[in-house]
Amino acid sequence: MATTLTINGEQKSFDAPADMPLLWVLRDIIGLTGTKYGCGIAQCGACTVHVDGKPVRSCVLPVGALNGRSITTIEGVAASAAGAKVQKAWLDFEVIQCGYCQSGQIMSAAALLASTPSPDDSDINAAMSGNICRCGTYVRIREAIKLAAAGRSS
Amino acid sequence: MISANKRQDKLSGHELSRRSLLTGGLAAGFVLAFHLPLRAAVNEPVQPADVTDGRFAPNAFIRIDETGKVTLVMPQVEMGQGVYTAIPMILAEELDADFAQVALLHAPPNDKLYGNPTFGLQVTGNSNSIRAFWKPLRNAGASARAMLVQAAAKQWQVDAASCTASKNEVTHTESGRKLSYGALAMAASRESPPKDVPLKDPKDFVYIGQPLKRLDTPDKVNGKAVYGIDAILPNMKFATVAACPVFGGKVGKVDDSAAKQIPGVRKIVVLDDMVAVVGDHMWAAKKGLDALKINWDEGPNANISSKDIWQHLRTASEKDGAVAKSAGDIAKGLSTGEKFEAAYELPFLAHAAMEPLNATVHVRPDGCEIWTGTQIVSRVQSEAAKAAGLPVEKVIVNNHLLGGGFGRKLEPDMVIAAVRVAKQVDYPVKVVWTREEDTQHDVYRPVYRNNITAVLADGKVAAWKHKVTGSAILARWLPPAFQKGIDIDAVDAAVDAPYDIPNFHVEYVRAEPPAVPTGFWRGVGPNNNVFAVECAMDELARKAGKDPIEFRRAMLGSKPRALAVLNLAAEKANWGEKLPPRVGRGVSLQPSFETFIATIVEAEVDDKGEVALRRVTSVVDTGIAVNPDTVKAQLEGGLIFGLTAALWGEITIDKGRVQQSNFHDYRMLRINQTPKIEVHVVKSGEPPGGIGETGVNGGPPALRNAIYAATGVALRRMPIDRSLIAAGKKA
Repeated sequence: MATTLTINGEQKSFDAPADMPLLWVLRDIIGLTGTKYGCGIAQCGACTVHVDGKPVRSCVLPVGALNGRSITTIEGVAASAAGAKVQKAWLDFEVIQCGYCQSGQIMSAAALLASTPSPDDSDINAAMSGNICRCGTYVRIREAIKLAAAGRSS
Repeated sequence: MISANKRQDKLSGHELSRRSLLTGGLAAGFVLAFHLPLRAAVNEPVQPADVTDGRFAPNAFIRIDETGKVTLVMPQVEMGQGVYTAIPMILAEELDADFAQVALLHAPPNDKLYGNPTFGLQVTGNSNSIRAFWKPLRNAGASARAMLVQAAAKQWQVDAASCTASKNEVTHTESGRKLSYGALAMAASRESPPKDVPLKDPKDFVYIGQPLKRLDTPDKVNGKAVYGIDAILPNMKFATVAACPVFGGKVGKVDDSAAKQIPGVRKIVVLDDMVAVVGDHMWAAKKGLDALKINWDEGPNANISSKDIWQHLRTASEKDGAVAKSAGDIAKGLSTGEKFEAAYELPFLAHAAMEPLNATVHVRPDGCEIWTGTQIVSRVQSEAAKAAGLPVEKVIVNNHLLGGGFGRKLEPDMVIAAVRVAKQVDYPVKVVWTREEDTQHDVYRPVYRNNITAVLADGKVAAWKHKVTGSAILARWLPPAFQKGIDIDAVDAAVDAPYDIPNFHVEYVRAEPPAVPTGFWRGVGPNNNVFAVECAMDELARKAGKDPIEFRRAMLGSKPRALAVLNLAAEKANWGEKLPPRVGRGVSLQPSFETFIATIVEAEVDDKGEVALRRVTSVVDTGIAVNPDTVKAQLEGGLIFGLTAALWGEITIDKGRVQQSNFHDYRMLRINQTPKIEVHVVKSGEPPGGIGETGVNGGPPALRNAIYAATGVALRRMPIDRSLIAAGKKA
């Protein structure tokens, strides 16, 4: 079915089955590979993107329900103030190891800061506990979110 | 493309380049390294071309062109552990290059140029990157620097000793004249490499020992980093696979009538032991696979269960083992007092790297090209050649960043599977395993059983017998390393337990579990042995009526580095302070991979046996910490990796198949369960030890000992059993 989405500010039209999850549209049709496949059942958060600013797991989100919506992926998150702050904090605090889950972590953290500019530990837990990091960067993720919120660097 | 002969002619003018490359074992590897078109997938950041024309290429690792650009070829792969920063730091240190400006290149398959000196193979694992390459990389950097300085000195007609180098520039101290490495590149390529080039005194290091920013992370915050799974090629299709759910089973009958009706499904590939569906995208492939009706021929393992596997292991552990180490008189030692006897067991574990297994392959009549992320690029090349039925030089492997490795990508099976699928089509195909397939067709961390017998005298261990029973992974993976019945990985950190024990004896019984394939898992052999040794030490401390740290301290006279980390950990964690009820602290000490780590875990146990992690303190002496921030990060992450396994990790088998499938039933620690973690890196002048594996091993025994301290329940197998804790069963 023909679908049009705004992806990172650009209109994209493509043909895809209505039940096809947004994840595979992004990766295999549009060619935006920054959004990652991890589990396919919304358990790990590696596929997190923003739909109209809200964080969603794109691996279980059928594209047929999204016509006309606005999608932000890791490739476009720097355009928002919260996204840019999170990216900078991630580098300042040297959060990343293998990096595979970090697109999703950054998308979740950017959405958190956009809605909750000064998150406390429980806000961070609520927003970030759906994102698994196998390298175990959680301690730094928490610190980096706090630093990004405070506008400080490490 | 430049032919081999032509390139050889060009190089003959570069006496130095040719000679140094030849001594590096160029003859066979040269063609592969420099002449096949190493093509990036279309979405990849442009990698610096690995050509030597007009460049200073004094060895396998360093390229400097006339613009002064320094390109470093990475002999080890980046899977999160930070080697794409540590290796450039070491090279740049001795080369006096500008670290911030270096460009990096993934090494092509070539054991002779890029093999890990420990294995003689291109392998990233066993915490061997920095340990094995520390000297070779320093020599390579220093030798190249000496040639650049020599070239400058010749041009100025001065003594080389009167020149210095820093940040890509040679300076003649007296006159203040300067020449950039770019300006010197051509002349340096005509210099001879010096013999016995001096290395820097560590006090003069400008990069090594500094917490420099990682080189791989900027592209990991914006989606530009390209992992194997991200490769995109023109006309590429997508596939996903299902192997027989029973280990060793085969494909019986396949009804593909429904699958063929799925829009976007292009081809169904039926092989003897697996089925693949190829489609226009992963969704079509996955839906197509789900729509297949497959009758499996389940084969001889269809009735194997975890119960059988444990029975097999326990029976094997009753045998005498091959003696891995024996000091003093163990028989006499064990007869002098009351025996402590305990058995500690560890389960199968999956790797669960966040990047599911994948490989993109294009098989053509005249060759095969592969895009993947692997810890064993040369072995992938040779195994793929066999699977494709092609000579090895016709197989090109483009290696990538790895979305976690943890030992899983020390195996070539995912690439072989992709080659077998790709042989059936005439376009490039990206084969991605679902998380379920990844979990159920892993090569698992083996089940292990440790029988420990010990006798105390004067509050110390007087006799210690540790029998390790489990897989000999090395016997399969590197057969020459398996000698006299001893798998050196399976007894690693058992034979070199840090304690002074007069009668000390370690045995090994090889026991391969029925049906289930086993392989290396982060932490490798020591993740079993550190657990067993440190649990037993806590139980022995209690038997001796001593504090666990006091008890260990008294047996560390000959291991000052182990004693120092233990003391510092006790101090940093305020060991001995009063704790609330049901809160306990446990300690572990490990001397593995030439690194010493003491870990203290504080945990709280509720009346249902649920355990909450409160605080972890780790002190690490890894010798010279090339990048202390990376060392800290590896410990933080390693602790979480190990504690995840201790809390939940177990793969179980029923009817020959793995019962877990995805993160809902193979659980991972999450941010809300992560405790405060403090890592202290001790300054040391010793050669660098390993760090990628080590951090994993301290957490599980320290957590188990914390539970022991809080409740008196002496758990003897992992993962922790909440029902035993709730029952308050004392050992």
